Parts: sequence; structure tokens; C-alpha cells
Amino acid sequence: MLVIFTAGLGIVYPLAVWGVGQALFPHQANGSLIVRDGKVVGSELLGQTFSSPGYFHSRPSAAGNGYDAAASGGSNLGPTSKKLIDRISADAEQLHQENPSSRIPADLVTTSGSGLDPQISPASAAFQIPRIATARRMTTAELEALVSRFTEGRQLGFLGEPRVNVLMLNLELDRVSPMGK
Amino acid sequence: MTVNGILQILAFLAVIALLTKPMGLFLVEVYDDGKTFLDVFLKPLERFVYRTARVDPTREMNWKQYGIAMLVFSLVSTLALYVLQRSQFYLLWNPQALAGVSEHQSFNTAVSFVSNTNWQSYSGESTMSYLTQMAGLAVQNFASAAVGMALAAVFIRGIARFETDKLGNFWVDLVRGTLYVLLPVSFLAAIFFVSQGVVQNFKPYDTAHLTDIQTVKVDKKDADGNVVTDADGNNVKEDQVVDTQTIAQGPAASQLAIKMFGTNGGGFFNANSSHPFENPTPLSNFIQMILIFMIPAGFTYMLGRMVRSQGHGWAVFGAMTILFLVGVLTLYWAESRGNPLYPASVDQQVVGGNFEGKETRFGVANSALFATITTDASCGAVNSMHDSFTPLGGLVPLVNIMLGEVIFGGVGAGMYGILVMIILTVFIAGLMVGRTPEYLGKKIEAYDVQMAMLYILIFPLMILGLAAISSVATDFGLPSLNNNGAHGLSEIIYAFTSGTGNNGSAFAGLNANTLWYDTTIGIAMLIGRFFMIVPMLAIAGNLAGKKLIPPSLGTFPVNTPLFAVLLVSIVIIVGALTFFPALSLSPILEHFQMINGQTF
Repeated sequence: MLVIFTAGLGIVYPLAVWGVGQALFPHQANGSLIVRDGKVVGSELLGQTFSSPGYFHSRPSAAGNGYDAAASGGSNLGPTSKKLIDRISADAEQLHQENPSSRIPADLVTTSGSGLDPQISPASAAFQIPRIATARRMTTAELEALVSRFTEGRQLGFLGEPRVNVLMLNLELDRVSPMGK
Repeated sequence: MTVNGILQILAFLAVIALLTKPMGLFLVEVYDDGKTFLDVFLKPLERFVYRTARVDPTREMNWKQYGIAMLVFSLVSTLALYVLQRSQFYLLWNPQALAGVSEHQSFNTAVSFVSNTNWQSYSGESTMSYLTQMAGLAVQNFASAAVGMALAAVFIRGIARFETDKLGNFWVDLVRGTLYVLLPVSFLAAIFFVSQGVVQNFKPYDTAHLTDIQTVKVDKKDADGNVVTDADGNNVKEDQVVDTQTIAQGPAASQLAIKMFGTNGGGFFNANSSHPFENPTPLSNFIQMILIFMIPAGFTYMLGRMVRSQGHGWAVFGAMTILFLVGVLTLYWAESRGNPLYPASVDQQVVGGNFEGKETRFGVANSALFATITTDASCGAVNSMHDSFTPLGGLVPLVNIMLGEVIFGGVGAGMYGILVMIILTVFIAGLMVGRTPEYLGKKIEAYDVQMAMLYILIFPLMILGLAAISSVATDFGLPSLNNNGAHGLSEIIYAFTSGTGNNGSAFAGLNANTLWYDTTIGIAMLIGRFFMIVPMLAIAGNLAGKKLIPPSLGTFPVNTPLFAVLLVSIVIIVGALTFFPALSLSPILEHFQMINGQTF
């Protein structure tokens, strides 16, 4: 009985899903990869680390050395963990100096469950606009327009939360206003 | 808490309520009538399986024969899964050339998947080959779910039948549950998940070239790969340039569908359903939550149908709904309030509350809802990290499992769990009015209550016993902790509760991949599954043999709101009396420490 189960459910079933999935949704089934100039630059679904001032930054990540897509995971630090509160306080201090006029949205100082969260809240994108405007010599209005173009609403109008895909936004940023490295 | 958050919770409940009847009727067709609308396609396949495995589908078993067949199947499955993990390096579909899994981890994982727990002391993308995931773990996702459903069907038959010792054929129930219920829905769900972005391929891991090249500090290693330490014993750091991202791939969608629908919960990737490849959109998240509760809700309708008292089925559904709502609203409320220890410059309310360990696309409401559902049922998949919840937020999943996962519960396991609670409820109600307790025309006697108590007592014995040993063992228990103070105790208690309750979710900071935890949690999972099934089967066998007693004035009706309320009270009293002392030292203590500004 176990042999029949293994053959049917362990081999035939995943192969059938693979066949149909690859036929109907090849882009998604292969990881929603983004290819630029023949090179894979990332996946629409996976976040990456950004630290240059001219890019929108992702949330902190506990996956490997940060956004390691072969070692997903959260910090698993509890609410009274000294390590957690110290980390958040240090990050908050730095972000506060960067933009003292507004409060820091919590997603910018917290790690996600997967460590690969591709998105930030619209508030977090807005928080970073002044820094990017300076680094890229763009106007805040241009950047606000760009962010709102990349803001996804709730699915079907009520599911989930509004969000901005950081990698997609940054790639667009490089396209419209190259920094010249 | 936001209006939109509450709306999502109510929308979820509404869809489940609408699915309960059709799902229940289909379950009756599969386990009782023997005829379904899928017969045209699947009947020939079903016959082929019986012929090949030499099963006589007409032969019915008594409870002992049924139990032995179930145990033998599970034992062989465990051994096969153990061997597969140990030898994966030499087998197919291992493009990353992952090594064989260690002895204690293979034991733990084999037990974990056969017992429908799916506790994972390993990390999927760095431990298991594609073949092990598919032919080993995914197969047991189906089989262990089908076993659970078969056992629930047996218990319902035990109540519905009179003066017989025949309870059905294990092999038939196993095959029919898999073929007619689990497989078709999983296939459709898997295709849907691919459309949302869940991966399904057999490629080696991809490499992406980063847009913004990073320099990170890593531990310096010598030529042998050992970490170099300085004179003070601290690790020496060196700079490392990171210009690529390795992207883990694999056949995730096919496994994801059955992981949810069979309330298994074992993630393809380490981060489980918080990983964007395993849960890419809010819609995929919603469908995953529906899949968890669909079969357990259907079983309440099947119960009503087969015992010819639909009101009883809905009363059980109602009791479960009350407990579900209390849990989800408490958890959502606690997480919405955020963590008072954060610096004042951080605005938690703009994202809805405590956000450590949560994904932006789901937000606080969906994280609270998912965490409640996954622990009400014995699923154990997670879309946010329970370890990082606020103390009272983390208390809810823990209590849900401690109540015996009877709030809809695991596929099958939730049904037979709540039936044991019902027997206890009827018994206590009988004591209160001074009559012999009856349940649906059957006398509940000493033997039934003894077995029910055995079922209920094994559970806290394993959890509290093993957690107590681990919490004082400085050399093998405590070094695994990721958090100090009361939260550390929560991590240990959660681990054994999850294991014994066959849930599989975790306060995942605890490093469970050690000889001690792999072995003891493995034993807890075995006992929590199989030692609890035996008294349950004994009750079913005993009930089936009883005569019908016509209802009299003194019979306590089980199809009323009063019964639902009484059932809720019994579930809470049994759970609370057993676990309150332990909880007051862990999450409850931590709550007061948090509002007093203490960190550890």
C-alpha cells in the first residue's frame, strides 16, 4: 500500500502539478525571476538588501547575512528580549537622524517572518523619500508619484495590506534616474 | 484593531460556514454511501489500488483489527521515511547534493510526518532533497491526514451504529479519503498556488546578481572551516562582499496544497507560509486558511448527518466557533496594541501593531487570524513568527493547542478529540441531574469515561513532564534557548505542547535539532498521536456494541445552544485547570514584565 502511495502521491502527483504549472504559469512556477540584460537580478517575490542612500531600503532581515534566499527565517526574538530592543533602538536612532521630522514606521525596524519580505509599507517608502531625493537630486514630488505607482492595494479590495515592492521600485528608480556608479 | 481587519476575520468565518454543509455531505458520500460524483474518474483507480494491494474492500474490521492495521501502516511508513532521509545523498533529485540527515533528526522528522505533526527541527531548503520532500514528506502529508480522517469516520460510525462490532475497513477508509477528498482538492489548490507565485520546478537553486552590492561582517574561519576566536573568546569578524543572492527552488506548490488541506503544516521552506515562495499574496494566504478548516468543519456536518441529529452537528460547530472567535479576537487585540518597550520614535500603529516576525503583505490582522487557525486545527503552518508575538498574543496559540486542538481541530483528529470532550460533557451533565448519562441513545458507562479520561490525561503528562525536565537541565535543555527569562520557558513549553498535540508550529527560536529535543519531542509526538488513538478506538468499539435506548424526559438534549455552551465550558475547564500554573510562569509572567519595562 505504501509503495502505491509513494508512486502515486510522491511522484505522479507532483509531476502532474509541475506539468500543468509549467504549461500555464511558467513565470511563477520558476520563481518569478527578473531578468535584465540577460542576467537574473532577483525575484519579484523576494526582497534584497539595499544600503546605499540612493535606494529605498528593505526591512531588516534575519535570513542568513540578510535576505539570504537559501536560509529563510525570522529573528524569533521575544517581546522582552534585550537583543531585540537594543537592535530596534539602534536602528531607530539612525533612522531618526536621517529624517527627524516624522516618526519611524515600525516595519522599517522589525524583521519579517521569512527574512525575505519583498515589500515595505507605503508609510516606510514615504519616510525614505527625503534621503533619496538628496542622493539622486530628484524632487520629492517625482518620487512620491513613483512610489504611488508601485503601491499595491489590498487584494480584492479587502485582503492583506497596502504595500510597496522595494526591488521593483529600485529597478525603476535606476531606469528613470541612473546614479552612475 | 481595524474595521478592515475584523472584516477579513468575518469573511473567513462566513466562507467556512458556507462550505460546511457541502463538505460534510461529500464526506458522508465518501465514508458511508460509497458513491460520489467523482466515481466516473476515480472508481477504476480505487479498484486498481485494492487489486494491487490485495485488499478485500467488503471485509469490515472490529476496533482492534482496525487499530492494528493502522499501527502497522504507520510503523512501516515511519521506517521507510527514516531510511529515505538517511540515504538521500545517494538518490535522485538532489541537485544541491544535500547530505543524509542525522540519525536523531531523521527519527524526529519521520515520526513528525507520520503522526501528522510536521514539527520541523530541520530547515527545508538546506536539509531535504527534492526527492525526500516529494516521495517522503509529501506522501506522509497525504497518508497521515487520511489516517486521521479514517479514525474520525470510525468514531462517528461507533456512535451511529448499534449492536455490532464492525467499524469499517482501514484500508478502504485510507484509500477513499486520499483518492476522493485529499487528492482532487490538493491538485486544484496547487495549480492555483502556482498562479499566485508558488514555485514548482526541479531546478538547482538560482543565482541573482544584486543591484546594490553589500559588504557584511561574518565570522572569520581558518583553513579547516573552524571559527577563529580572539583572546577574549569572541568570534573574529571579517568583511565579506555579497554580490549575489542564492534563490532556493523546488516542487513547493504540490506539497503546499496538501500541507494545508491535510492540516499537516510542514513547510517546504524553513520560513513556512511566511516565505514569499510559499505564500506570495494575501489571496493565497486566504485560500490556505480556508483549506485548513474545510475538512474539520465538514466533519461536524457529517457527524450530525450520520447520527440523524443535524442540530447536534451544528451545536458542535457553534461551540467550536465560539472558541475560535474568542481566540482570534484576543490575539488580534494583543498584537494590535504593540510592544511598549519600543522607543517612542517608532510608530507601531501605522502598520497596525507589533510587527516583529510579520510580513508586510499580510499585516497584523492576517497574522493573528492565521496563527489562531493553525493552532485551533492541528496544522502548525505559520505565516508569522509566534515566538515574536506579544506575551498575550503568544498565549493564544499555546492555549489553543493545550485545549486539545478541538476547535475544528486537525483533519479527523479534531473530530475524535471533540467527541471525547462530548462524552465527558454528557457524563458531567448526567451527574448534575443525577441520571445515567446518555449520548444519542446510548448509555455512557464507566468504561467509556475511563477511556476518555485516559485520553485526556496522557496529554498534560507528556507536556508538563518533559517541559519540566528541560527547563532545569542546564547542559542539554537550556542551551537551546533563543530567549532568556520567562520567554525561554514559553519556548520549551510550546515545543512539547506542539509535539504532543501533533501541531508542529513552534516558538522557533528554540534550537530543537539536538539529541535531547529531537528524541524527546519525537517520543512526545508518538505518544500524543498513537497512545491517544487507542483509548479513542476502544470507546468507538464499545459504543458500537451498545443497544438503542429511546430518549426519555431525563435525557440531556445535545442539539441545543445550552449544550454548546456546556461543551465550551468543559473544554475550557479541563484545559485551564491542567495548564494554568505553567502558563502563569511563562507568557502571563512575561506580560507583566513587559508592561513594567523589563528586558532579558
